[in-house]
Amino acid sequence: MLVYALRRIAGLIPTLFVLISLSFFIIRLAPGGPFDQEQALPPQVRANLDAAYGLDQPLFVQYGRYLAGVAHGDLGPSFRYKDFRVTELIASGLPLSLTIGLAAALLAFLVGVPLGAAAAWRANSFTDHALMSFSMIGVVLPGFVVGPLLALLFGIYWPVFRVGGYEPGVVSFLVLPVITLALPVTAYVSRLMRNSVQEILRTNYIRSARAKGLPARTVFLRHALRPALMPVVSYLGPAVAFVITGSLVVESVFGLPGSGRFLIQGAIDRDYPLVMGMILVYGVLTLVCNLIADLLYGWLDPRVRYP
Amino acid sequence: MSNRTRAALIVLSLLATLALIAPWISPYSPDFLDWQHQASPPGFEASHWLGTDRLGRDLFARGMQAMRVSLLIGVLASLVSVCIGVLWGATAGYLGGRVDSLMMRFVDIVYALPYVFIVIILSTLFARGSIAALFIAIGAVGWLTMARIVRGQTLSLRRREFIDAAIASGVRAPQILWRHIVPNVAGAVIAYATLTIPQMILFESFLSFLGLGVQEPFASLGSLINEGAQEMESSAWMLLVPATLLTVLLVAFNLLGDGLRASLESRDE
Repeated sequence: MLVYALRRIAGLIPTLFVLISLSFFIIRLAPGGPFDQEQALPPQVRANLDAAYGLDQPLFVQYGRYLAGVAHGDLGPSFRYKDFRVTELIASGLPLSLTIGLAAALLAFLVGVPLGAAAAWRANSFTDHALMSFSMIGVVLPGFVVGPLLALLFGIYWPVFRVGGYEPGVVSFLVLPVITLALPVTAYVSRLMRNSVQEILRTNYIRSARAKGLPARTVFLRHALRPALMPVVSYLGPAVAFVITGSLVVESVFGLPGSGRFLIQGAIDRDYPLVMGMILVYGVLTLVCNLIADLLYGWLDPRVRYP
Repeated sequence: MSNRTRAALIVLSLLATLALIAPWISPYSPDFLDWQHQASPPGFEASHWLGTDRLGRDLFARGMQAMRVSLLIGVLASLVSVCIGVLWGATAGYLGGRVDSLMMRFVDIVYALPYVFIVIILSTLFARGSIAALFIAIGAVGWLTMARIVRGQTLSLRRREFIDAAIASGVRAPQILWRHIVPNVAGAVIAYATLTIPQMILFESFLSFLGLGVQEPFASLGSLINEGAQEMESSAWMLLVPATLLTVLLVAFNLLGDGLRASLESRDE
């Protein structure tokens, strides 16, 4: 187990390397630079700017410098936000983004698992069909449609929660963003859970449990639910990854000062280090979540053997 | 074909037809500014059936133009991703061995990256607002699942007798791939491609919503939703019209894809 975990952690390094290299070179291929403005800068100013940020060096030198910086935990200076390091900018928004993301993931699993189990318990009933239609729509609808609609319904027509003009520390602002973000994950989890329970209910050991006279309720709660959780657990990693990237949209819909805006604004401004830094931080988060989910899976299911 | 699939197909054809003939039935062009009717709600007044936006542009005309863009990008991006995916998957599956593991390892690595980010990086590559660039960028990241599906199918096809027969009669690898493998994976590819289209539409709308996709004066469902969300307090229809269009489009495509996949699976059994 430990060896497997270490090997997986070592396996992250080439993936990260590919991520950094891909984003570094692709973003440099893009036309337009960070200091292009409506009015062209005087050539001398421009040259000084380029020299100050090392942009006058050959691309490979810049690449080497960037890698060295990353190895030391420094993501470079932001081109647009003067006097800020990229690490400082991201650190300023990340706590909020992570709070929303993790709350949404938690909510999704806490709601999705019971819903899926309920649908499987009453398979092909009205409840089941209603829940599964809801989940179909939940999976299909993107956050940027659900978000504004929720804000319209529960922020304006029936103002239960507050929207717009975020004030730090007021939970009321975060309810709708978390629900928006959690909705597709909830829908998917409930669907997964339903199918998985259904499959487990058809296995031999469930038949044995029934045959020895256990009430259907006990069989369901004690014997069917736990193994049925396995596919849901393996979806944890992708779900957290989804929630992290999804927080981009939700932050932009609800005007929250998370870190997502840095990616979008950075891409528009050609603020190379900022975009790269965001991709790196979010990439690491995604990869680590996937890793944790895989390890958790092995811990829950003793049959899993590590290669 | 189930009733649901049939209904989805009918809804889709209706929407697509409507989007295509809209320029002839709508009295307004998408970029015409009607100064007398700014931000007017849906109704029959002055033939602004779905209302107008803050500048007085007709939402029906604009919504239909956005649908054309979404459908076009969805279909073209899916084509791009299908082409790359089929070629990649079939080659990897047919050649096998080291080439296969190397090619699929690459797919695994790219899979591990959050691909919203790749699309955002790629979309900065091109001049903003270039629709052609947009669908190449979206299509270029959408091929991974397709490659996996096609590879799986090819692996099982490779052991079949007719491939042996082709090899024995001296047909070369590219020819075998093109004449014998690709036609045989076409069913799975078509079913999955139908599910790819809504994903691509979603990606395009997502980018446009963020302001990285289709640019003014063109509209996309995503950019219309973004504009509508800013006006929703006073004029909810500006949000509801594009949101409904996108929802119906996505649900219909997904139902169609699910239906096709289900009928394909039941045929295989």
